[in-house]
Amino acid sequence: MEEVVRIENLSFCYPDGQPALTNVNLTIHRGETVALIGPNGAGKSTLLLHLNGILRSNGLVEVFGRPIDDDNLKEVRRKIGLVFQNPDDQLFSPTVFDDVAFGLINLGYSEAEVRQSVASTLDWVGMTGHEQRSPHHLSFGEKKRIAIATVLSMNPEILVIDEPSSNLDPRSKWALIGLLKRLPMTKIVASHDLELVQALCQRAIILDQGRVIAEGVTEHILADIPLLRAHGLAPTEVA
Amino acid sequence: MKHSFIDQYSDRDSFLHKLDPRTKFITTLAFILAVALTPPNRWQAFAVYFFLIAALILLSKVPVLYVLKRSLVIMPFVLLIAVFIPFFKEGEVAGSYNIWLWQVSVTYNGLQVLWNILAKAWLSILSLILLTSTTKIASLLDGLERLRMPRVMVMILSFMYRYIFVLIDEVMRMKQARDSRNFGGGRLWQLRTIGNMTGTLFIRSYERGERVYAAMVARGFDGHSRTLNHLSFRPVDAYFSLGFGLVIILTGVFNLLSG
Repeated sequence: MEEVVRIENLSFCYPDGQPALTNVNLTIHRGETVALIGPNGAGKSTLLLHLNGILRSNGLVEVFGRPIDDDNLKEVRRKIGLVFQNPDDQLFSPTVFDDVAFGLINLGYSEAEVRQSVASTLDWVGMTGHEQRSPHHLSFGEKKRIAIATVLSMNPEILVIDEPSSNLDPRSKWALIGLLKRLPMTKIVASHDLELVQALCQRAIILDQGRVIAEGVTEHILADIPLLRAHGLAPTEVA
Repeated sequence: MKHSFIDQYSDRDSFLHKLDPRTKFITTLAFILAVALTPPNRWQAFAVYFFLIAALILLSKVPVLYVLKRSLVIMPFVLLIAVFIPFFKEGEVAGSYNIWLWQVSVTYNGLQVLWNILAKAWLSILSLILLTSTTKIASLLDGLERLRMPRVMVMILSFMYRYIFVLIDEVMRMKQARDSRNFGGGRLWQLRTIGNMTGTLFIRSYERGERVYAAMVARGFDGHSRTLNHLSFRPVDAYFSLGFGLVIILTGVFNLLSG
């Protein structure tokens, strides 16, 4: 299988010197859906920010066979769509339309292409007709869908999502899982929601305290209760 | 949480709502300029301006009571600045009073200036309320950009509109959290808490700014903002500008001739 992301010996410290990632190695293949699971503060979000070069540090981050550098940054960001955890951070425009169009316009699409792509993406996430609403007026579930639409409209080859199910009620969560399942591209999902991981991902990587702890087929990882418990991920502490 | 928005009635349907935001912005600016430049003793001119703006407000289908209430909001600010003018302006004395050690006198000249400032401020704020309640903020920003307002300013305004309510929500949540754990304490202690809350809010806003920027960069933002043009002038924009301009110019000419 073709490798689309390869990370080798990636380490990162926060400005205050606290280590966030230590010697991370991982590989993602085309077409698979990989879960990045770990407790709060494990370094999941920090790792995701390295995937499209927003954070850069020593260690190798190779995307589609090329390390990220200043020359291919734009290309990398087009191919890797990053959905942030908080939709209020992701959605910064006065209207839904402007937000979904933002990436497309930055890519230099023509007006007709932008309008066409915004319409079809909103249709895809089931939000047609909400173009002129302000993101502040949307419900949280709607915000989440629009946040995904803002990235989806750019037609990325890899979709990277940080905590897609956080703050969602079960109905919105399962609707979102259904939506993500229908997307054909490679997906990297950071979450500690094991239900979502089980429903969505073939492969799972456990991250704790900035290190890769375990990696394998989702079923095996989720069945290893002692492992999950050791890293604060077990569904219940009893049993 | 739900807030009342500045463009609360912008989704109503009237010919003013359908005008291009650029038309409305420029005519509003022209109106304010004309009002500000009219000499204080030309009450006929002020009457014309008032009927003009009143007619437009009626045509706009925005509730009149809402406009009036909103327009009162700025009065305290104007009064705070202008209320002392009658006491300082020289001229014929309208009345003098003894306040403790001081003798103060009010002049006719000063009263006229005060009345004038209030009238001008009120007419201007009426026109601005009309502008913002018949135009969606998003299209107003669009219009400003097409009028070559510096892109950075448009972006700042747009972020302000997007995040002011997010921040208000955050403040309300912090207040609720404080009140549910507040068991009295002296004034000093309360002040301290408010100080801490303000500081926290600054830090959170700063961090949110960083996250928003990361989200922008992740979607290909490179410092140059680009937008689509959603706007188009129509004949009705031309008619409106022409009619509006004519009223203002004629009033001005009449002023000059009769002065």
